[in-house]
Amino acid sequence: MTFEWMKIPYALLTLFIVVNYGLLLSALIAKIGARAGRRHGIPIYQNYIDLLKNFAQRSSVTHGVMFYLGPVFRLTGGIGLLMFVPVIYGSAMFSNLSFAGDLILALYFVFFSTLGMALGAGESGHPHAAIGVSRGLAQVTMAELPLALAVFAVALQYHTLSITDIVAAQQGGILHWTVFTNPVAVAAAMLAFLGTMMRPPFDVVIAPQEIPIGPPTEYHSAYLALMQANRAIFPIAKIVIYMSLFFGGATSWPVFFLKAFLIYLFAAFVGVVFPRFRVEQSIRWFLVWAVPLGILSLLLA
Amino acid sequence: MKDELKKRIVKGPDGFEFEVDPINDYYCDAAPKVHPPVYVKIVEDLFNWARSESIWILGFGTGCGAIEMRPLMTPRFDAYRFGVQWRPTPRQSNLFIISGYLSVKTLKRVIRSYEQMQSPKYVMGLGSCTINGGMYWDSYNTIKRLDQYLPVDLYVAGCMPRPEALLKGFDDLKKIIRAGKAEGANLYAENFDWYKANQKKVIQDWDMPDYNW
Repeated sequence: MTFEWMKIPYALLTLFIVVNYGLLLSALIAKIGARAGRRHGIPIYQNYIDLLKNFAQRSSVTHGVMFYLGPVFRLTGGIGLLMFVPVIYGSAMFSNLSFAGDLILALYFVFFSTLGMALGAGESGHPHAAIGVSRGLAQVTMAELPLALAVFAVALQYHTLSITDIVAAQQGGILHWTVFTNPVAVAAAMLAFLGTMMRPPFDVVIAPQEIPIGPPTEYHSAYLALMQANRAIFPIAKIVIYMSLFFGGATSWPVFFLKAFLIYLFAAFVGVVFPRFRVEQSIRWFLVWAVPLGILSLLLA
Repeated sequence: MKDELKKRIVKGPDGFEFEVDPINDYYCDAAPKVHPPVYVKIVEDLFNWARSESIWILGFGTGCGAIEMRPLMTPRFDAYRFGVQWRPTPRQSNLFIISGYLSVKTLKRVIRSYEQMQSPKYVMGLGSCTINGGMYWDSYNTIKRLDQYLPVDLYVAGCMPRPEALLKGFDDLKKIIRAGKAEGANLYAENFDWYKANQKKVIQDWDMPDYNW
């Protein structure tokens, strides 16, 4: 197999589109959340200004090498996840660097950025960061379990580990989507999705009521801007995985935008409606509801 | 000085003994530096515009005026639509609102928090207490003039200023920032000795290093 160098600029174009879409989408979701609370909410372009402002802050302090690398690892997780997934199915331009076993790599990248962040935040030495990191790792590990089970069920169902092949198998009508052919696995995965989006009721990581902000407490200036960029990329990259595995993928950008918005809205909707879990409640919730569903989906497959 | 801040010998888990000097070991003692604006004016203007449109307030209610900040977040006033939001950590915020009377005890914490913020950083004083002591003008434990201890960019007068006055204050602060005149952090660095002398004059139990970013 020869590598086509043209794939690199195409992948960067995908990244550019996704960054902008992510910034706008998270502002839109914040606006929808504000409207639910009868506020106007932030302007739709606020995320761009915040990003620019944080880059423009003049001074910054560091706590060591790992503190530098934390946001970099986090960004690597987001971009890496996006790079190895075919964003638009059937498009030579936006298939990025996907390959035969990319599903396993994607699962790895979902966890990688969390680990990088934990190392970086840990070095800042702030107690809130340490508490946030331990809570975050506990919750992400629990949320990863049903996701991994669901992904294995889907891989067994389609007999492949290639995301492109899984998307291909779902083409030809809405009833071919995994959500209809394997609803148990999708249910488990969507419950796991809530856990990784850091929205209520699963925002134990930043715990707004008792340890406000958690891991990024010490991050500021350009470090914070880097993490904000990742906040735009990472959820979209994760949604791309979900879209490809469970909701028939996207064959064009408009379909992609619509599906990503709806999947994001699911997490936002749950977040607006429900209050917050404590850390042990959230972990028990995943063990009681999401993991059995995942095991069931594996047995059915 | 408190006992826990004194130098002491600590025995590590491996039996190795070492000296701990909390004030020097836990804080940075380097004086603040002047961070000049970017040389290219158009870039600095762009940055100043971004800074003015994204004001992150440190969530630290110092006096009675702090209660006026709560309605700002809620549906009636909704400061978020002006790019104003609250951050729970000094690292990420660039506006410090001294909301009303400032006791000497709180001043100590305010100085620590202010020094941890990243420049350019702004200070807004609310109410007459920050201007001339207000109703606490002869109190033994509150300060009278805030700008002797921290560089203040803007005062919002009133006792207490209503949320509308605060919104107007944000508006005026934005104009100051856009004009490039909100250089309080540099002012603090330039007149560091004067500010420190004033701070030490009122704070009797000074158990901090001179600068603890």
